[in-house]
Amino acid sequence: MSTVTMRVWRGDANGGDFQQFELEKNEGEVVLDVIHRIQATEAPDLACRWNCKAGKCGSCAVEINGKPRLMCMTRLDTLPEGAITVTPMRTFPIIRDLVTDVSFNYAMAERVPALLPPEMPEGGYRMFQEDVERGQEFRKCIECFMCQDVCHVIRDHEENKVNYAGPRFFIRYAELEMHPLDTNDRRDLVREEMGLGYCNITKCCTEVCPEHIHITDNAIIPLKERVVDAHYDPIAWLGRSIRRKTKRSAAEAAVQPAP
Amino acid sequence: MTAVENSTKVTLGGTRGGPDVATLRTDRWWLQPVVTMSILISFVIYSTWAAFQNKNYYVGAALQRDLISPFYSPCLSANCTPGSSSLFAIHGWTWSPALLILLFPLGFRMTCYYYRRSYYRAFWWAPPACGVADAHGTYTGETRFPLIIQNVHRYFFYAGLVFNGLLTYDAFRAYHQPGLGWGVTIGSLVLTLNATLLWLYSLSCHACRHLCGGQVKSFSQHPIRHRLWKFLTPLNAKHMNFAWASLFVVALTDVYVRLVASGAIHDIRLF
Amino acid sequence: MTTNYEHHEYDVLIIGAGGAGLRAAIEAKQRGLKVGIITKSLLGKAHTVMAEGGMAAAMGNVYPEDNWKVHFRDTMRGGKYLNNYRMAELHAKEAPQRVWELEQWGALFDRTKDGKILQRDFGGHRYARLAHVGDRTGLELIRTLQQKVVSMGTDVFMECKVLQLVHDASGRVAGCVAYWRANGEFVTFSAKAVILATGGAGKSWKFTSNSWEGTGDGHAMALWAGAKLIDMECIQFHPTGMVWPLSVRGLLVTEGVRGDGGVLRNSNGERFMFNYVADMFRAETADSEAEADRWYDDHAAGRRPPELLPRDEVARAINAEVKAGRGSPHGGVFLDIGSRRTPEFIRRRLPSMYHQFMELAGVDITKEAMEIGPTCHYIMGGVQVDAETAATAVAGLFAAGEVAGGMHGANRLGGNSLSDLIVFGKRAGEGAADYVEGFQGSSDLDRAEVESAIAEALAPFERESGENPYDIQRDLQEMMQANVGIIRTGAELEFANAELDKFAERVANIKVSGGRAYNPGWNLATDLPSMITVSRTTTRGALERKESRGGHTRDDFPKTDAEFGTFNFAHQMTQGGTWQSSITTERSTLLELPAELKAILEEAN
Ligand SMILES: Cc1cc2nc3c(=O)[nH]c(=O)nc-3n(C[C@H](O)[C@H](O)[C@H](O)COP(=O)(O)OP(=O)(O)OC[C@H]3O[C@@H](n4cnc5c(N)ncnc54)[C@H](O)[C@@H]3O)c2cc1C
Ligand code: SF4
Ligand code: SF4
Ligand code: FES
Ligand code: FES
Repeated sequence: MSTVTMRVWRGDANGGDFQQFELEKNEGEVVLDVIHRIQATEAPDLACRWNCKAGKCGSCAVEINGKPRLMCMTRLDTLPEGAITVTPMRTFPIIRDLVTDVSFNYAMAERVPALLPPEMPEGGYRMFQEDVERGQEFRKCIECFMCQDVCHVIRDHEENKVNYAGPRFFIRYAELEMHPLDTNDRRDLVREEMGLGYCNITKCCTEVCPEHIHITDNAIIPLKERVVDAHYDPIAWLGRSIRRKTKRSAAEAAVQPAP
Repeated sequence: MTAVENSTKVTLGGTRGGPDVATLRTDRWWLQPVVTMSILISFVIYSTWAAFQNKNYYVGAALQRDLISPFYSPCLSANCTPGSSSLFAIHGWTWSPALLILLFPLGFRMTCYYYRRSYYRAFWWAPPACGVADAHGTYTGETRFPLIIQNVHRYFFYAGLVFNGLLTYDAFRAYHQPGLGWGVTIGSLVLTLNATLLWLYSLSCHACRHLCGGQVKSFSQHPIRHRLWKFLTPLNAKHMNFAWASLFVVALTDVYVRLVASGAIHDIRLF
Repeated sequence: MTTNYEHHEYDVLIIGAGGAGLRAAIEAKQRGLKVGIITKSLLGKAHTVMAEGGMAAAMGNVYPEDNWKVHFRDTMRGGKYLNNYRMAELHAKEAPQRVWELEQWGALFDRTKDGKILQRDFGGHRYARLAHVGDRTGLELIRTLQQKVVSMGTDVFMECKVLQLVHDASGRVAGCVAYWRANGEFVTFSAKAVILATGGAGKSWKFTSNSWEGTGDGHAMALWAGAKLIDMECIQFHPTGMVWPLSVRGLLVTEGVRGDGGVLRNSNGERFMFNYVADMFRAETADSEAEADRWYDDHAAGRRPPELLPRDEVARAINAEVKAGRGSPHGGVFLDIGSRRTPEFIRRRLPSMYHQFMELAGVDITKEAMEIGPTCHYIMGGVQVDAETAATAVAGLFAAGEVAGGMHGANRLGGNSLSDLIVFGKRAGEGAADYVEGFQGSSDLDRAEVESAIAEALAPFERESGENPYDIQRDLQEMMQANVGIIRTGAELEFANAELDKFAERVANIKVSGGRAYNPGWNLATDLPSMITVSRTTTRGALERKESRGGHTRDDFPKTDAEFGTFNFAHQMTQGGTWQSSITTERSTLLELPAELKAILEEAN
């Protein structure tokens, strides 16, 4: 039976350090299994979050060997030989051991102006697969907040947190802006208050997303282009002011009452 | 605690967990920035050198060919190598014609979303790699001058289209060898490959994808734009590959023309 | 001695932020009331997020012949007629409206060609009826409701675990006592109405699709507070859970795999489900593979494949095959879709299943068969409620979602839970709002109850020595799996009943190490009383129900007995009981169906 060495960071706001554990390793195990085994034996008070153990809830995000990962989806046999380092997410304040205070993300969620659809017709809205597909990619998000964690804009610059929604919420804004029923316009908001311009499209969010959402290519860049439409492109601006009337009615026409 | 109360404020300055080190990564995260940096620096050095040569950029009737280097097309200076000028000449400009036009492809690539990613990582180290601390005390991203200029990328894209048209024309001309008639030479193939890759690079551009269809809210209301968008989306996914491939091939095309023009090699006619 | 704890007051207090709790919050909030939601994990992580296959609603988008009557009938038949008929009726009638409403709040379901919500096939549903988004429907549901709740500005207390409901002097439920996971501090809540929406209880079994949250806290707290629990013996073992590797044993494989064409085979490669079709379903089930295969494309061209029988039937069949020695290498059977559908189809329809097997088991389901076996999944039993208002027997207390009983009878059909959450979540919100508007008086918490709950919670720190809670949990799960599993016998149930008393003693003697801040060991210690309570009522009910029906199978009484079909077993404690108080179990007669509903049930037979 082979063994595995775990270096787990333990501590709280007053500081902490690595604690080392040697355990046996079973076939097919993921990092979360080992952490659970540590809890059940050596350290019953080792704090970590988890729920589904199937990569569906996004609770178990930590940093494994320095990179944000889901503990429940990281198989031991995919990690390189040697001790496995497990640390809490770096960007958020520590609560204890592997648990961080992710309330930043919930605060940003509150600021999102909701979908503003027209009145619902009898029998529900009509939308087509091609209308919903783009949004569906973003709605796969399990809110693990690993993209927020890895984003250097706030990871390395605490002060930016005040006006930076972060990649998780850029995909939310993109989803709403691409929603066929939506009549809100959030482009000024993302530019002025949500800090879209802080993102320098270095793509770390895309690299770590466990749902393989193309955060940068399909959400952030299209959002940036929409902001360009609204602010930096005189031709588009001119065209829009001429067509304003027709555009509004196009949005309304997107909803056809059911027969 | 973690109660989400109405309009929660973001509180700054909480203590962070984990050790205070730049990174805990143990893999070779520095490899990618180093490779990117080396390639880009080599390209800049070569293209600067080539742009200042102001010779050997055109293979004309004397060698029974019609090949122009993409760095020098369209040749707009007053003293272009005979036969190479295709549009108009700027009176009194006798410096290298490359200096007149390189600004556009340079601007296009400088503001390209993919190259931005690469040089922010490789040169600016913001961040050098994911999960590795960035190298700056403060950071404002693309919200201030000069980086706010990145937002004009789509104008460079439009300009890029004009250049693609001209280079396509150049490639077309390369199939007619003065004194010999229509035929295929290595040179004509090189120019064609160059033009093709430049088209792929432009068509896969994010601004292009947005302008062609990505803009609309409801695809079912705009079936043609939806089809365009669907056609461009897989290309867009390969934008990185096209960016590198077209960069290499542009330089290679210049090298090739230069070697033929200087007489170092002969441009073989295939059929 | 009185200590001052952090305290909050609400009109409506909702315990649980799954689909049911969030839907209730929206309703109460829309009535202009002050609403608070408590959840023991983060917002958006409740069980609802794990639901995969879909949400049943007779919208008739794919089969226009579908309507609420057929849905009602399917639900009652699936539940082996043990259901509260009124709940099944309301559910079938209101589900479509509740689903459409979600789109108003931003949900994006998969579409039909003509732009309506696409519906898929699931076991026990006569027509393709499940609104879905690939195989992540629960995520769509919880995210939609969560975003709506947040946009309305509702207070959410996250990682705050409720320990016990608290009465006021009049004996109504007036609030609860809880503790913050982050720092271990206690907090009290008082409210005019409390809605329980705490979800399920599968964590008392060893192999389960439930997360650490599924400890049945709401079931237990309701019982302690004086409400009645019914049908606790009816536990759904989902036929398809992963069996290998061991670390993921129990993890759910969505029924959507079978709905989309997957079939079950034993080690001889035989599609064995054809041998297990009960008389009740024979008329509408295919009797050859060819007929079954025609059905997927056109339900008129053949009868349904036996793989899509209700879950209890399929789970028992798999169990029997494994017992007969025709199982797979790791003690399950094979679920094969790779040889029946194209890789593109599988990846598009079942993306997270593809991902789950690829990453966790190293199995490519587009090429190889999955190894699967039954896993404890859902508890049909729960708090007895009034169908219209979700009110329980205790004034001020409401319950909705998985914690409520009656809707699903002896067995739940796939997809009926998510729709249950939104239908009865809304009704609970309304019921509580009506109650609050008519309520006069104050909600002063009984201090003695608060203090004793807190003292109990802290006791494990004070003991000099004692047992590790993890050991007790492991032993309990093994004991329940072995003795109160899919197939039960009188002797094993008697044994389990006696064992549970011993477990209760062990729980009263737990020792926790470490501090109070985010201490999982301590948290588990506070879960164990709930787990014991749920296990006890399940075992009691199972002992009493001397027949086999739905999610309850007795080896010693293998037949369904018509007499047992006229009542539920209801468990109760004297009001103000503690978790160790004794439980009484009585028969609670089922409501008589009105003639027109009876006619619906009979007409299709
Ligand atoms: C893997 C899986 C797949 C499923 N697939 C489907 C499907 O396809 N279709 C379908 O219809 N159904 C499905 N189900 C069933 C369905 O998801 C659940 O029955 C349903 O989500 C339960 O919802 P709920 O709102 O009642 O509770 P939950 O979603 O379980 O939420 C319970 C809430 O209560 C809170 N809570 C519990 N105890 C306490 C306490 N002591 N203090 C504070 N808060 C507490 C929790 O934190 C949580 O927020 C599936 C279930 C699982 C596990
Ligand atoms: S691409 Fe933008 S949002 Fe994503 S990690 Fe980089 S800076 Fe952050
Ligand atoms: S976008 Fe991806 S990485 Fe970010 S929170 Fe969602 S699932 Fe996690
Ligand atoms: S536990 Fe849910 S994602 Fe890991
Ligand atoms: S050219 Fe690269 S994004 Fe436009």
